[in-house]
This record gives sequence, structure tokens and C-alpha cells, in this order.
Amino acid sequence: MEKNCLTIARILLPLLVFGGLLGCSNIEPWVKPYERDKLADPIMALDSDPVSTSYLQHVFESREGARGGEGAAGGGCGCN
Amino acid sequence: MKLRRGFWLLALLAIVGTARASVLPEDRADVLYHLYTGGGVDIDGPSVLVRKKVGNSVSLVGNYYVDMVSSASIDVITTASPYTEERKQWSLGMDYLRGNTTMRVGFTSSEESDYDASTYNFSVSQDMFGDLTTLTLSYALGDDLVRKADDPTFEKDLDKQIYGVGLTQILTKNLIATVNFETATDEGYLNNPYRSVRYVNASDPLGRGYSFEGELYPNTRTSNAVGVRARYFLPYRAAIEGEYRYFIDTWDLEGHTASLTYVHPWRDFTFTGKFRYHDQTGAHFYSDLFPRAQATNFRGRDKELSPLTSYTFKLKASYAFLNEDQSWGFLKKGSITASVDMLSIDYHDFSDLTANAVIGEEPLYLLDANVFQLFFSFWY
Repeated sequence: MEKNCLTIARILLPLLVFGGLLGCSNIEPWVKPYERDKLADPIMALDSDPVSTSYLQHVFESREGARGGEGAAGGGCGCN
Repeated sequence: MKLRRGFWLLALLAIVGTARASVLPEDRADVLYHLYTGGGVDIDGPSVLVRKKVGNSVSLVGNYYVDMVSSASIDVITTASPYTEERKQWSLGMDYLRGNTTMRVGFTSSEESDYDASTYNFSVSQDMFGDLTTLTLSYALGDDLVRKADDPTFEKDLDKQIYGVGLTQILTKNLIATVNFETATDEGYLNNPYRSVRYVNASDPLGRGYSFEGELYPNTRTSNAVGVRARYFLPYRAAIEGEYRYFIDTWDLEGHTASLTYVHPWRDFTFTGKFRYHDQTGAHFYSDLFPRAQATNFRGRDKELSPLTSYTFKLKASYAFLNEDQSWGFLKKGSITASVDMLSIDYHDFSDLTANAVIGEEPLYLLDANVFQLFFSFWY
């Protein structure tokens, strides 16, 4: 468990510190707010139907050995 | 323990930094009916999700979900009897927005006759660089209780923890991408108490040449998954999305998952087509046929832990029957969506024992299943 935490910390800490420092700096956004009309189109939503997405994630986690990397799925077993 | 506390403090300091305008999720309600059918298993039920803002900085969300299971799967008919089961799950969550930081807390409870699961989750997201970048950290704690229907004295604990970090990035005027990393640790009873492994037994009284004994899994499992996804706006108002996930765990299970999605709007309709591919190796303690009883320290014959390849083809159509210019009272928008996911799994080391073939010469099992969804969505 301790070893696992160390591994996570080694990966995440530099990212967090880097992100935190950059968050305080004045980086000019290279896509201006008025240029984001296409990104705001509903067809560009990364998760347009959350109720359906979490249901399908549960189906795949019940039928395959892999999990995670896509957001949270439902609890319970549903194994057989 | 000290390291973990320090890590979270630093994480919060790094995230809760600057403050700029961000937004809460839209108020919406979804009422969904789902049906999974295939491999002798039928699972259906409703799922209802309601999300509502309270003031300018809080959004509440609730979900109620039911699985009604009728199972005569390959595992069930070869070692047990068909059964019916019901699983009910509810969850509550809250998003709190402050400047460009969104904090989320949530609780999920799942109950069935022989399995209870409680999950607590927390996450914090920070929008940066003029809202081009969103960084999210998440943590979930699961507290499960495993029971056995035919043994009231059987009760085992299972603890789960999931650590996640995600980055969503607007790359160009037409392209958005996201990267998610998750580490999950499970500790406790990880077996399925009903499942058995198969071993060679020349003196099997049924003359099959094999017998069954209970599975025995390790008590811990740690997995890492990293997923990358990018969505691109095509020149003629359509979208294309590619996704890849790499998975590896301490049971030696390694998986690659990839998918390609195409979204095409037409008048008030939106059509979606998706192809998903998944390939995995098997767990180190998995075997379709062990050479003898108690052959190894850990043993399992759960087909989900077998090497396998799965293919899913999805078709989805959505119709917007209510737009903002024709709203009904407090309802601003409404849509109806129907979808089917056709799932096919080739197991590379899981025999179909219903074929009654000679031991060692059974054909490999192949699962075909369809997943249907029908849902109404309302925005208000």
C-alpha cells in the first residue's frame, strides 16, 4: 500500500506543482473565447449523456477484466 | 500515512489557486430504460437522474438505478442453477463552484440480496489558461460486503480505493482532448463465492474426466489505467472521436481498449456510430482446466479474467422534440434517444462445457449480447 502511494506521488506531484505554478502565470489563451463556437456545439460534448455513459461503463466492467481510465462506474457486482 | 496527508495538502494548494469564471453543469433530468440480453442473461431496469442548481454556486444531483437480473449464463448452467436477482443503486452528489474551482462530493449505495456496496467520492477541478485547460483530481473509497445466498453465516469485507487525475485541454478551435489516469486498489474478499474452477479428475463419478472446486483469489489487487481521448469538429458540422486506454494490474492482466466514434446531426436528429475494440491477457492464476485439485495457491476460472477480445458496434439516434424557442413552461429542451450496442466476446481460454465434448477438446466459448437503451432527457 505504502509502495503504491509512493508510486502515485512520484507521478502526480511534479504534475501538480507544474500545474499550480502555471495556473498563477499569465499564459495567453491561444483559442480565444469568441473562437470556441464549434467546441460549444452539443455534438462536441465529451459526455453528452452521463446516465447512459455510466450504465455502459458498468456493463463493460462486468464483462471484461479492465477498469478505470474513463471516469467512475456504478457499484455492486453484477458478475454472472 | 504522513506522505498521503502531505500529498493531498499539496494537491489542494496546487489546485485551489487562481479564480476565474467557470460554470456548473446544466439542470437536466434523464429517465432511461436499459436492457442487456445475451449469453442466457437478461438484465433490465430503469435509471433516473436529476440535476438541479441551488443558487449560483451549488448543483445537486441524484440517481436511482435498478438491475433486474434473470441469469442462466454459461457459468450458472455448468455449475449451479438459474436464478433471478435485483440490484438497486442510488447516489447523491453535490458540485460546489468557487471561481474557477469546482469541488464535488458524492455517495453511492448499491444493494442486492448477497452484495452491498457503499462508495464515497471526492474530486476537485480547476480551469486554467482562460479555460483552455481543466485539471481534475479525484478520490473514491468503497466499502463492500460480500455475502452468500445459501449460507447466512458467510460475510466478507472488501475495501476499494481509487485515485485519479485528469486533464482536459482545448488544443485548437476544432479539437479538444482529455487524458485520465487512475490507480485502484482492492483489499479483501475478491472471489465470487459461487464460482468454481475445473480440474482433471480421471475418477470423476459423472465420467466427464473433470470435477469442480471453489475459486481462490488473492486478497489484493492494484490496477493502473491511462486513457486518452480526442474529439474533432469536422468541416461540415459533424464530430469524430478517437479513444485509447491502456490497463495493467498486479494479477498480470494487461489490456488495450480503442474506439472510434462518429456523430452526425441532421435537422432535429443526431446520429452516432461507434466501434469499440478491447483485448486483454489473462490473470496469472486463471486456468480453464487445472491439472489436479488444489494445483496452485490461487486459482480462478472467471471468464472475465481469461484472455479475450471483445468487439462492440454501437448505433444511436437522438431526436430533439423541444427546443429553446418552443419551450413548455419551465422545460427549455427535450430529447428522446434510442441506442443499441452489439457486443461480441471471443474468449481465448474458456471452454464451452455445454458442447459435451471430450475433455481438452471442448470448443472455446463465444458471447454475443445486445444492449438496448431508450431515454428521455429534459433541460430546465
